[in-house]
Amino acid sequence: MFDALSEKLQATLSDVRQRGTLTEDDVNAAMREIRLALLEADVNFKVVKSFTASVKERCLGADVVGALNPGQQVVKIVDEELTALMGGSSAGLAFAPRPPTVILMAGLQGSGKTTATAKLARFLKENNDSSVAVAACDVYRPAAVDQLVKVGGQVGATVYEKGTDENPVDIARWALDQAKQDGKDVLIVDTAGRLHVDESLMEELKEIRKAVKPTSILLVVDAMTGQDAVNVAEQFGEAVNFDGVIMSKLDGDARGGAALSVKAVTGKPILFASTGEKLDQFERFHPDRMAQRILGMGDVLSLIEKAESQVEEDEARELEKKLRKGEFTFEDFLSQLKMMRKMGPLSSLLGMIPGFQGSQLKNMKVDDRELDRVQAIILSMTPEERRRPELIKGSRRLRIAKGSGTSVQQVNQLVKQFGQMQKVMKQLGRGKMPDLQALMRQAR
Amino acid sequence: MPRRAIVAAAMARDWNQLFILPEGAQPTAAPAEEGEQRRGFFRRLRQNLSKTRQALGAEIQATLFETLDDETWERLEEALIMADVGATTTAKVVMQLEQEATAGQVEGGDALSARLQELLAAIARGGDEPFEDRIDVTHTPTVIMAVGVNGTGKTTTIGKLAWHLQQELGLSVLLGAADTFRAAAVEQLAGWAERAGCEIVRGPEGADPGSVAFEAVKQGRERGVDVVIVDTAGRLHTQDDLMAELTKVRRVISKQLDGAPHETLLTVDSTTGQNGLRQAKLFSEAVPVDGIVLTKLDGTAKGGIALAIASELGIPVKLIGVGEALEDLRPFDADDFARALLS
Ligand SMILES: Nc1nc2c(ncn2[C@@H]2O[C@H](COP(=O)(O)OP(=O)(O)OP(=O)(O)O)[C@@H](O)[C@H]2O)c(=O)[nH]1
Ligand SMILES: Nc1nc2c(ncn2[C@@H]2O[C@H](COP(=O)(O)OP(=O)(O)O)[C@@H](O)[C@H]2O)c(=O)[nH]1
Ligand SMILES: [Mg+2]
Ligand SMILES: [Mg+2]
Repeated sequence: MFDALSEKLQATLSDVRQRGTLTEDDVNAAMREIRLALLEADVNFKVVKSFTASVKERCLGADVVGALNPGQQVVKIVDEELTALMGGSSAGLAFAPRPPTVILMAGLQGSGKTTATAKLARFLKENNDSSVAVAACDVYRPAAVDQLVKVGGQVGATVYEKGTDENPVDIARWALDQAKQDGKDVLIVDTAGRLHVDESLMEELKEIRKAVKPTSILLVVDAMTGQDAVNVAEQFGEAVNFDGVIMSKLDGDARGGAALSVKAVTGKPILFASTGEKLDQFERFHPDRMAQRILGMGDVLSLIEKAESQVEEDEARELEKKLRKGEFTFEDFLSQLKMMRKMGPLSSLLGMIPGFQGSQLKNMKVDDRELDRVQAIILSMTPEERRRPELIKGSRRLRIAKGSGTSVQQVNQLVKQFGQMQKVMKQLGRGKMPDLQALMRQAR
Repeated sequence: MPRRAIVAAAMARDWNQLFILPEGAQPTAAPAEEGEQRRGFFRRLRQNLSKTRQALGAEIQATLFETLDDETWERLEEALIMADVGATTTAKVVMQLEQEATAGQVEGGDALSARLQELLAAIARGGDEPFEDRIDVTHTPTVIMAVGVNGTGKTTTIGKLAWHLQQELGLSVLLGAADTFRAAAVEQLAGWAERAGCEIVRGPEGADPGSVAFEAVKQGRERGVDVVIVDTAGRLHTQDDLMAELTKVRRVISKQLDGAPHETLLTVDSTTGQNGLRQAKLFSEAVPVDGIVLTKLDGTAKGGIALAIASELGIPVKLIGVGEALEDLRPFDADDFARALLS
């Protein structure tokens, strides 16, 4: 899964260095690897074809000079081209000059429309101070209305619903009137999932569009979608000419090549990323980072930002001081652990660090259950024990083991490893900040 | 072509062939009606396929083997990749066929076409050691658990399956609403129970999914129903805590009834790309998966990832979802699937 393209390219092109230029054969060999990597990432076959053609053009005759080796050079070109294709910076949502701004959600069954409707409502409330209403126009799926009533309520949006007896077009029209009357800034219209080849439901979508004249139509696309993403995007584009895309379920380990396919065939920007089932797991989409995710080159920026947004700044500064002085305790470890886990499963975090991919990640056991155990052990210590691990001896160990459902050996092991870690940190404290990889090896 | 379609329909599996039935069970569907229905579906599939063909801009199968050169194999590769079969399984199929063609074992466009379909169907069937692709419902009660990634079609499949088990096989069904997490998931399943005409066991909102599953199986035993189907919350295979929860639900069920759940079905959305392999791998590590339900085949996606799952992980497809209505569930048929994959 995490086989890094750059590793393969460097192997493929390892003997180019002596010769100094990339020959056509070199480039063809590199293109085969790139093609495979993109297909494995679910980028559409046709998109891959035209993409590799333009990359090949640029690579041919490129001089191998400077600090980069040939493999790296090709990676750089691929990354630049891919980023250009994905679109540079993040795009924004359009607002109506006169409220309400109306947003119409569309997409296949199960793609994440209803969840995204609530998330977007929350996002606009928080970031734009908007008053938001949502309209329940899925009258087909059992309990779809109940679902929107619940999640809409959870984010504090007004939910306009008329059960399932009226037709979706009428409900949408009525909801718009309500939104105007209630002086809402934004109305988000949730619709039923539909197949792009379902003529009557696509017709219905057009009717809804006619009825509410949306400021924007957003297509919700599952990040795990394969080759079919192109058909879906083309057909929805033809029917209602949507304005932007929300990629959902990006919290998984899908490379998300569908994002590239959709962008390439429709030219519409991807505006938001939905990254979990919780209603605050929603963010602006960063096209440049997606390029790196698709290629499996490590999403450093995302990792940094993720960490930044969750760590209180002073907490971080405090911690750094402690680290440098070697005063790091189990108490600090626990809060670190909790903080880190807020960011997602360990494996996905590590996957974002370049150099951590490929073979290394495969061999390294990244087990979140192990972290569960560590957390349980620390939680079973008294605050005093957490601050002064040297107290943890004899019967205390037994008590902690019992309390955490682990064994005395496991408690011993943690205390011992922790001691080693403290030592490493003390050493590092005098020099540069820790090298994560070395730290992980030490801690194991 | 029309003649072949009818032959195919006659070969398609029907509901009686999919299930190992308890003695004395009274399948209620009339066979004639069955055949009509199956033909209907195949016709629908073909209609969809003609649209896909237009989208692809090429009539793959008809012209594929007209001439034999490097490009032939490239075009075949392309077709399989476009169907989401994935690089590994695609390479395996193309290599085999190319070898046989080069060795002169298969000659001529029609023969190659037929052989290709045979190869694909064979993979879907499990190769040299065919899969157990039936569902044994002879236990008292038989417990079926549906698992899968968010939005892939678990709840809908359960509704359809409940209906079919009752309508076609005359079995009584009880549903367990163990998705206690997603908003209105219980209400959704209750909606399906009503449509299918069966009972449902639910717990309080936010209840422990294990305890709801336990209660459902317990009540299934007490009421003497034939089949209990347990719905679970959608989850990503990368969420270790949620995968552990699934393992626990399974364990709790087996505490209530030894040997249960007898059948764990993983729903895979046919639009899913290569991530489907990861899904199948990690779900089957958390709970033994006995079969795949390939959903949403009524769109333009071919569901080729199911072939990769069969080939690389050895998990058979047992059912396909072809729409949102009660009757839109079908036993999987390897030949039909192979034919549709490249049309
Ligand atoms: N066209 C089509 N739609 C389907 C099929 N199966 C399910 N759906 C739709 O896909 C959507 C998701 O289905 P659900 O049954 O809610 O999926 P789930 O796996 O239970 O979802 P969660 O519990 O939310 O994870 C719904 O809108 C269903 O109507 C199918 O075979 N074809
Ligand atoms: N992990 C994850 N699950 C999601 C995400 N967005 C939606 N879901 C889940 O996917 C399923 C389908 O979502 P829903 O909003 O009902 O889809 P709809 O049918 O398009 O309205 C539900 O189980 C949601 O909880 C996401 O970004 N990540
Ligand atoms: Mg919905
Ligand atoms: Mg469900």
